[in-house]
Amino acid sequence: MVLRRLKKSVKKRLRHAVEGQHATQHAVEQFLYRQADLLDSKRWEDWIGLFTEDGVYWMPPEPSYTTWDGTPAIFAEDKNLMRVRMGRVLHPDAWSQRPLWGTNHVVSNVILERESPDGEVLVRSRFHMMELRRDDVRHFAGAYSHQLVRTKDGYRIKLQRVDMTNAQAAYDYVLQVWV
Amino acid sequence: MLRERIADIGKFVEPDRVRREVYTDPQIFELEMQRIHETVWIYCGHESQVPKAGDYYTVQIGRQPMLMVRGADGKVNVLYNRCPHRGNMMVGDRHGNTGEFFRCSYHAWTFHHDGRLKNIPMLESGYAGTRYGRDNPDCSMKKAARVESYRGFVFASLAADGPTLLEFLGESKVAFDDMCDRAPGGEVEVVPNCFRVIQHSNWKIFLENQLDALHPSVTHQSTGRAAHEVEKQIAKKAKKGEAPLSYHMLSAFATVTIDKWDAFQTLNYPHGHCILTGYMGLRPQDPDTLAYDKIMIKAYGQRRFEEIVGVNIHHVLIYPGLSVQSPLQQLRAVRPLGVDRTLTEIWHFRLKGAPEAIYRRSLAYYNLVNSPATLVNADDLENFWKCHQGLASEGGDWVTFGRHHGRDLVKGNVVETAPNCGTSEAPMRNQMKAWAEYMRGA
Repeated sequence: MVLRRLKKSVKKRLRHAVEGQHATQHAVEQFLYRQADLLDSKRWEDWIGLFTEDGVYWMPPEPSYTTWDGTPAIFAEDKNLMRVRMGRVLHPDAWSQRPLWGTNHVVSNVILERESPDGEVLVRSRFHMMELRRDDVRHFAGAYSHQLVRTKDGYRIKLQRVDMTNAQAAYDYVLQVWV
Repeated sequence: MLRERIADIGKFVEPDRVRREVYTDPQIFELEMQRIHETVWIYCGHESQVPKAGDYYTVQIGRQPMLMVRGADGKVNVLYNRCPHRGNMMVGDRHGNTGEFFRCSYHAWTFHHDGRLKNIPMLESGYAGTRYGRDNPDCSMKKAARVESYRGFVFASLAADGPTLLEFLGESKVAFDDMCDRAPGGEVEVVPNCFRVIQHSNWKIFLENQLDALHPSVTHQSTGRAAHEVEKQIAKKAKKGEAPLSYHMLSAFATVTIDKWDAFQTLNYPHGHCILTGYMGLRPQDPDTLAYDKIMIKAYGQRRFEEIVGVNIHHVLIYPGLSVQSPLQQLRAVRPLGVDRTLTEIWHFRLKGAPEAIYRRSLAYYNLVNSPATLVNADDLENFWKCHQGLASEGGDWVTFGRHHGRDLVKGNVVETAPNCGTSEAPMRNQMKAWAEYMRGA
């Protein structure tokens, strides 16, 4: 009898845990999709707003790197540098940004890696981005790793790591906004 | 037909202008690879890229795939990346360690680090009575005709004859002195990452841009203004605080207005080498710099220290393949891939014995200016591409280099720009003069 009750309560707790995990998975996926959508819609200010005040966007030149701090980086940007990039891209004389260009992101393979009791989440995912520049179509792909914190406004990014597979070869392109 | 045209190279290059085919003609490209890149001293890499025996790095010299390898004797060799047996490329990776010897992946011929044949499977039974074997130099990997290094920077020449490396570098060797002297230990070591950026334009267009003092405030104004805005916001927020120096480097594109660039000077030397003086002003009085100064004074003494940090260089161009920013410890090596495709390899160096903060300062510049997400070079690359496209058209025959032409001061074999003529196109004229000499076979 006691054993049965105990089993029941464990089951219930497990169910709650699974439901909680499902809820987190769903919320995190929605967050990633929205972030990609902001990029593709060129809503730079809203995109920067997804980072915490000390948040960092980082793209290492190769996967073996373990920190952005003090290492060569394709991107290693805090909010201030993000604002420089935004200001530049919006300037009418950013020559490389004058020609027509647009992107289309698909984010998938979302793996919830870790969730701490205070709601901090580590989530890994894969992306595929098609870019049109002038008459050229290019493809970029790789892995995202988001360290998210829960705030009253929803999730915010403490660290976004982007391991772009293309970065292993010579750069036959420039990346003028975040990937 | 090309031979006829090239026989009179004078038709292509005049003192203040150059025919557009010099940039766009594939046959001229082939000839310049042969007469320039596969003849003169070309930068291969830094010795610290290959610290251990067997470490190698591949490098393109002109059209030749080469590799730089450290031998067991400590010597750095430069070899053709080719097996003498059937021509197989010896290494397929861009860099790595080959172990105690090279071993061809096709038929297992093995070679010492200096390229000498070590062994062939069943050498005796297979080759007895033939002309092949250890005594035949054609059975060894071919070496670059000449290899020399200066302060750890390794160069190779594929021509047996010609000036020595130091004769070739002349005054431009200051690029390496200035970089290394700024280290308390007098040496630099490579930061193990290389940004490799492909430009869709002729290699000369890139080199001509490097000392072009008129372009920064036009090409890079968007970044300059954006950085200046954020720099002001940071300073305001921090009350009397200041934004990191990297913001200042970027905002200079907006704050140093176009008319101010004439205050700088270029010095133009034989072989097409040129120096752009001034501009960076990397002697701020922040705590990081002061701590560095202290270490430097301890290492060199006050007088020598003043000499070292007083060297006033922004950029040194070592024609035809290297652009060095010595005060920021970075260099860009130019590898032409085709008449309209150019690879730049961009390296950053650490000053041995200098504080971490000094490394980080130049690292910020390396990332911001030279990464493929660059806030700066993106607009250069756009211009280079547009330049090449325009030159392919029949809308005109010439590229002109007339700015301040005739006002340069000739002092022996050095051409200096006159006072307040810093935006002179003297460096381009100097490069094309060297180009014409090389192409004539002079």
